[in-house]
Amino acid sequence: MDKTVNQKAWFLVLPVFLVVAFSAILPLMTVVNYSMQDTFGNNQFFWNGVGWFKELLDPSTDLGERFLASLWRNLFFSAVILAIEVPLGIVVALSMPRDGWAVAACLVILALPLLIPWNVVGTIWQIFGRPDIGLLGYTLNGIGINYNYVSNEFDAWATVIVMDVWHWTSLVALLCYAGLKSIPDAYYQAAQIDGASRWAVFRAIQLPKMNRVLLIAVLLRFMDSFMIYTEPFVVTGGGPGNSTTFISIELVKIALGQFDLGKAAALSLVYNLIILIVCWIFYTVMTNAGAERPVKQGGA
Amino acid sequence: MARIDLVDLAHSYGGNDADPDSFALKPVTMTWRQGGAYALLGPSGCGKTTLLNLISGIVTPSRGRILFDGTDITPLSTQKRNIAQVFQFPVIYDTMTVGQNLAFPLKNRGVAKADVDARVREIAELLDLTPYLDRKATRLTADAKQKISLGRGLVRADVAAILFDEPLTVIDPELKWQLRSKLKALHRDLDLTMIYVTHDQTEALTFADTVVVMHDGRVVQSGTPAELFDRPAHTFVGYFIGSPGMNIVPAEVRGREARVSGHTIALDRSYDRLPPGATIEVGVRPEFVSVAPPAPGLLSANIERIDDLGRIRFARVRVGDAKFAARVPSGFSVAGETAGLVFEPGHVHVYADSRLVEGTA
Repeated sequence: MDKTVNQKAWFLVLPVFLVVAFSAILPLMTVVNYSMQDTFGNNQFFWNGVGWFKELLDPSTDLGERFLASLWRNLFFSAVILAIEVPLGIVVALSMPRDGWAVAACLVILALPLLIPWNVVGTIWQIFGRPDIGLLGYTLNGIGINYNYVSNEFDAWATVIVMDVWHWTSLVALLCYAGLKSIPDAYYQAAQIDGASRWAVFRAIQLPKMNRVLLIAVLLRFMDSFMIYTEPFVVTGGGPGNSTTFISIELVKIALGQFDLGKAAALSLVYNLIILIVCWIFYTVMTNAGAERPVKQGGA
Repeated sequence: MARIDLVDLAHSYGGNDADPDSFALKPVTMTWRQGGAYALLGPSGCGKTTLLNLISGIVTPSRGRILFDGTDITPLSTQKRNIAQVFQFPVIYDTMTVGQNLAFPLKNRGVAKADVDARVREIAELLDLTPYLDRKATRLTADAKQKISLGRGLVRADVAAILFDEPLTVIDPELKWQLRSKLKALHRDLDLTMIYVTHDQTEALTFADTVVVMHDGRVVQSGTPAELFDRPAHTFVGYFIGSPGMNIVPAEVRGREARVSGHTIALDRSYDRLPPGATIEVGVRPEFVSVAPPAPGLLSANIERIDDLGRIRFARVRVGDAKFAARVPSGFSVAGETAGLVFEPGHVHVYADSRLVEGTA
């Protein structure tokens, strides 16, 4: 076969190259550049090799300790919100009406928290939880529970977690609801005929049919909570102490608070790598889950 | 195992106060014999699935009662009726193996594990599913899945009836035939009442010993395949069953004679007392009309085309405004555009307002 050689076609791709170069490749390479160097200001840089990375992964150094502490905090946070939001989302989806005007009403109400910008959510809860003027904080203290998210670590964690649950359970619920809606009526009818209890219907029909959307929900929520920054930053500022300082908050502290560009660059690269790996797992699991096909029956 | 009686059963999805003409199922009273193989036959939207769902309890009737062996079970939920139902699209529980699928109805009813295992094995054997017992049910083909649905019905030893709602829709034609024979065999072996809903007359006629034809929410005729073929009680039955359907043409009937397009056709019986003012039609199956060379004394018709069905040929002819299908005798070569029609008197039926009129001898 003859191939037409037309080098002019490269010009058509050029704009994309330029956009990607300026939006992704150049900034990324700048970060890589920073992560290998040290600076004392004045725009003077000194070669530091993999020094920052070594420090980052060594818990005996200050940087390593902060990184690992915030990483564990972040993982713990993700685990807790998943453990709450997924079952709660399923329960909400199961108790939603199946048809009629109430469906639209429920969907709108559920979608509301999802439509609120992150920093507004943070501000709402920051004020809501204040013991002096916040409805929640004032009420809790009024009934004798000593609640103060500014000074008490447990209260700070509880506030951040409840806030996330309030903000994002809707997403899980909506995804599950979509999964439930896709189940044909015949399944429920067959289950009735098979004498299945409510629990058996859930275990045998609803949960398996929600599998795929639940997987999406878990991965989306994991990624999102792993990258969380704005809401806890607005409410607790990472405190009290460092108790609610997640990786992204730590990163901003190092990069913009201390202006340690090298350390911050190394941290952000490792952080990025973790997210990439999770993305890869996400992608692999999703494509494999879709690959299930019926096997032809042998001669019988 | 039970006899099923429907007493004045009717249903409207719009509620009991809806216009009686809009009822999905108009009042019907009938009896389904224990051990019978029934087919509910009719076009889409004629109410056959509604009737089935009423019996299984998925739908609660607007009016009337359902009796199993004389006991009124109308208010009972589906779970409490001993009914099995197989749906149009196979329903299988994805996470379970074939064996677990079959065991599900028994487990839900708290049957002892040893009994469940024995019963599942027995049913799997019956349905040729034994090699797949430990396989995940999702990975099987549509017909195997439909067998599992069927098996879940059979696995309960006490079912009063098994209802089939167009169960072969998603099955390949070749396997359709196999599965249908399987159903027939099961029916013979297990002495179960089976009710089979379909819009396919071949399926209905080959499966059932009693075919119930439904039209527009009504049961128009219930009888053996031969009865439906020979003596359709309603013009709809004549037209719906048989391929091509019955010829039905307006006629004037007096005594033993029917006049169609100015031509007289002899009748086997005498029709003296026809309801006044009714629309009178005569119906005759294409199998009992044959074309012959034009001759005086024969109804003359214009031949429009010949359909060759292999073993048999049918001529599509026109008499005035009326269209006929008529058998072309073997060896008869059609020459020219006109032909005479020969009727077999015993098979010409008279209909008043679409209903069969019994003549007197």
